[in-house]
Amino acid sequence: MASSIRVRAVQNGGVTSLKALVRHPMDSGFVKDSAGNVIPAHFIQVLTINHNDKDVFVAHWGPAVSKDPFLECRFEGAKKGDKLTISWVDNKGESDSTTATIG
Amino acid sequence: MLKAKVILVALGAALVVPQALAGSSPEEDRKEVVEYFKQRFPDVPFKEFVNGQYALDDDRRSQWESLQDFPPYEFAVADGKEMFEAAFANGKTYASCFENGGIGVRQNYPYFDTEKKEVITLELAINRCREANGEKPLRYKKGDIASISAYMASTSKGKAFDIKVPDESAALAAYQDGKEFYYSRRGQLNFSCASCHVQNAGNWIRADLLSPTLGQPSNFPVHRSKWGELGTLHRRFAGCNNNVRAEPLPAQSSEYRNLEYFLTYMSNGLPVVGPATRP
Repeated sequence: MASSIRVRAVQNGGVTSLKALVRHPMDSGFVKDSAGNVIPAHFIQVLTINHNDKDVFVAHWGPAVSKDPFLECRFEGAKKGDKLTISWVDNKGESDSTTATIG
Repeated sequence: MLKAKVILVALGAALVVPQALAGSSPEEDRKEVVEYFKQRFPDVPFKEFVNGQYALDDDRRSQWESLQDFPPYEFAVADGKEMFEAAFANGKTYASCFENGGIGVRQNYPYFDTEKKEVITLELAINRCREANGEKPLRYKKGDIASISAYMASTSKGKAFDIKVPDESAALAAYQDGKEFYYSRRGQLNFSCASCHVQNAGNWIRADLLSPTLGQPSNFPVHRSKWGELGTLHRRFAGCNNNVRAEPLPAQSSEYRNLEYFLTYMSNGLPVVGPATRP
């Protein structure tokens, strides 16, 4: 099954810019379906970007983040060709991760 | 202050606002529209009109450009591709209903079916294909139909629209019907499509920037941030009609199909950029 994370990272003058699109319903738990039943909360709680065994970016998300979240961030200390691991865990305990090479 | 007023008056005199296109043929109408917007927005290259408000506002454009790495419709298009390639219960696929297997054909829609004497849009063709193969039709404004249509449009990205209005009375009548719809006032607010998109293109309507007529259908189906998902052109027609407090018509009604026919013809020569994102 294809990864839920699509990511692109580029390096420019010591700063790595990363953009990612994460496929996830991000249900808040407050919405009802057409039958009137609450759609249970299902959202990413933590998203982490790891470089060389160091967490360079940690996001604590919750029900306020919309479906299929788009992330853009910048960090220093990495160089072209380095590998990054992007991973997330949601409130149901499900998780996914992917690796990306800095271009 | 006075200088600004003088310039405005002069501009008003120079621009002939096509209140009801005076051309005697679709091609003459189209040239009139292109000429009007060329004069109105002299700094916008012809092909850029497909980007609507993003061709007119730098700040919005930079936000839109930064989103283009991972456009929000990406997953829907991938789903659309899967649905397009999946076989019906009878074993056939959508490819059997379309020219070139349905790949790279978006720029030819809508077309006038001279036998059935009606305008065929891409979404209509998709559902006709389903029904011809024993499947239930999809709802026309959003969901699966938008995903399939978006996938098909994506295979035509960059190709120039090539809508044909055959020189026969029924086709010309459909085109004329669409043109009249565009220029007719409607609703409690008594606006026509042209009131906003011709007269006031480039102006702000509350927090929205009005796009010009030229290039409008090129980016559909569209992912609107407001919808949080893809929607078809007819979904937008209904929404616009609602906005002026007019009774919206059913998606794929003959009026909306004729409107799409006129509108897309006006964008002939412009590239397919669908699916795309808008606020």
